[in-house]
Amino acid sequence: MAFKIVSSQCTSCSACEPECPNMAISEKNGTFVIDPAKCTECINYFDEPQCVAVCPVDDTCIIDNNYPRYVA
Amino acid sequence: MASQIISLSSIATPNNGVDLDEIMQQKAEHQGCGTSGGSGKASCGTGAGQGDLAPEIWEKVKNHPCYSEEAHHHYARMHVAVAPACNIQCNYCNRKYDCANESRPGVVSEKLTPEQAAKKVLAVASTIPQMTVLGIAGPGDPLANPEKTFKTFELISKTAPDIKLCLSTNGLALPDHVDTIAGFNVDHVTITINMVDADVGALIYPWIYYKNKRYKGREAAQILTDRQMQGLEMLTERGILCKVNSVMIPGINDHHLVEVNRAVKSRGAFLHNIMPLISAPEHGTVFGLNGQRGPTAQELKALQDSCEGEMNMMRHCRQCRADAVGLLGEDRSAEFTTEAVMAMDVEYDLESRKAYQSLVEQERQATADAKRAELETLAGEQSDVKILIAVATKGSGRVNEHFGHATEFQIYEASASGAKFVGHRRVDLYCQGGYGEEEALETTIIRAINDCTAVFVAKIGGCPKASLEAAGIDAVDRYAFEYIEQSVIAYYRDYLDNIRSGAIVHGQRGDAEIRQGAYIAA
Ligand code: SF4
Ligand code: SF4
Ligand code: SF4
Repeated sequence: MAFKIVSSQCTSCSACEPECPNMAISEKNGTFVIDPAKCTECINYFDEPQCVAVCPVDDTCIIDNNYPRYVA
Repeated sequence: MASQIISLSSIATPNNGVDLDEIMQQKAEHQGCGTSGGSGKASCGTGAGQGDLAPEIWEKVKNHPCYSEEAHHHYARMHVAVAPACNIQCNYCNRKYDCANESRPGVVSEKLTPEQAAKKVLAVASTIPQMTVLGIAGPGDPLANPEKTFKTFELISKTAPDIKLCLSTNGLALPDHVDTIAGFNVDHVTITINMVDADVGALIYPWIYYKNKRYKGREAAQILTDRQMQGLEMLTERGILCKVNSVMIPGINDHHLVEVNRAVKSRGAFLHNIMPLISAPEHGTVFGLNGQRGPTAQELKALQDSCEGEMNMMRHCRQCRADAVGLLGEDRSAEFTTEAVMAMDVEYDLESRKAYQSLVEQERQATADAKRAELETLAGEQSDVKILIAVATKGSGRVNEHFGHATEFQIYEASASGAKFVGHRRVDLYCQGGYGEEEALETTIIRAINDCTAVFVAKIGGCPKASLEAAGIDAVDRYAFEYIEQSVIAYYRDYLDNIRSGAIVHGQRGDAEIRQGAYIAA
């Protein structure tokens, strides 16, 4: 039910943080992380996951397979 | 605040019964004379002074190092990096790496909170009284980080009301923030506009993030250009000075920039700055990796010249690092690390800053007077000979740098109409090109100023002098510590005399290379 940020790729540009409708993104030790408990994959808010849409580095905000897909 | 916001239409001085187009035309011309390089145009007088620019505009730009070619010898600006996020992707930018050797625009090593930034600005302003301008330009887009950007402005305008505020943006979010910008009395905004045609734009911008959606290709470029034009018009309506930056990308937008120049001029931009593309594979940008080259010095100058007839061009931009501190071309940022600044006890003394700045004013006046006097000796001179002269200088408008210490040369064009500043050539970072040895350094410099007839220096050793002469460049130290423009005109006069007497033969020089990387002093 969640996206995650590949921390080795994250530039800490902070662009994703204010875009998340669930306030699931925050800065931790210099890079940004997604709280899987809060992320709804943007379902019910936007057509596409906002963190993915704004992130300047491809394949940095990706589906976290450790969690089942979010069901609204 | 409202009283400081002037209407751009007041610049026009309409005669009775002129039509609107004519007024617009005049307006553009008047704006065009505003700042740099006006010396070549009869209507612009000396280029060092106000010329026929509206007093309100002159007041705004005269001490701004980025806008006034003449002021940038004397005043300083700084940028603070409070805005890391961006809302578009440019093929000449790569925000993935933040390498210490990096010095392209948009890459800084230190990200600051608004509070840290405000303190840093005050610390610098107290130490360097010439510091008159604060800019927010990145590393991302200031308007993609509106809270951080405006918080910084708010903190600074409270403590240091004499510091001018400016910001640079890609324009995508600009229309949403124009009123806030006007509210902060931000009087200069720079928009980077590389195209007005979505087909060209699609080659420069892979995507944009707009209204919660990622757009790609033509569609993205169309939205971007619409928003840029709208933002520019809104700024003009509110009397906020607007400069346009364009990156010249050979084969992609080089010819198109003439059209961009027309589009931004008609919407009231007062200055257009065409910068060379900076791209090297090690920067990891799309253009760097796909081998897109930057323009040569001659290509850049040709484009600037073809746009200049229509509007004033800014030739002194060095594409500084976004956190550079100091006079343009001199980077003192190492003195003001966050750590050092936070430990400082800063006292902001408005009075002593004013006193210092009035001294600078006097020095500036002296430079302008010297140039005017020298120019009179050229009166009546009829010649279409034009030569370029490279000058080693540390600032203050004088020939005051040792050849061996110069990290850049200022280039002046001398002609029968006087001396005109046409750009910079950087020769720092030479080790990056693999030329570490003394001898190789000379070759690097020669490559950078190969189109120049002479190089003015405060001092030069015998060996480099000989290599320069061998390359056909006259190394001149007889103007050491003199005013640059005065010396350029004097040299030109002698040069013409020598042609007439047959002592020298005037020939065309070749092209020169533009160094890759933004300006940092070693
Ligand atoms: S997918 Fe949407 S909800 Fe999840 S972290 Fe990204 S922006 Fe937030
Ligand atoms: S947008 Fe991407 S690079 Fe920027 S902070 Fe978020 S995850 Fe990191
Ligand atoms: S990059 Fe440097 S010269 Fe260019 S506008 Fe900014 S501060 Fe001025």
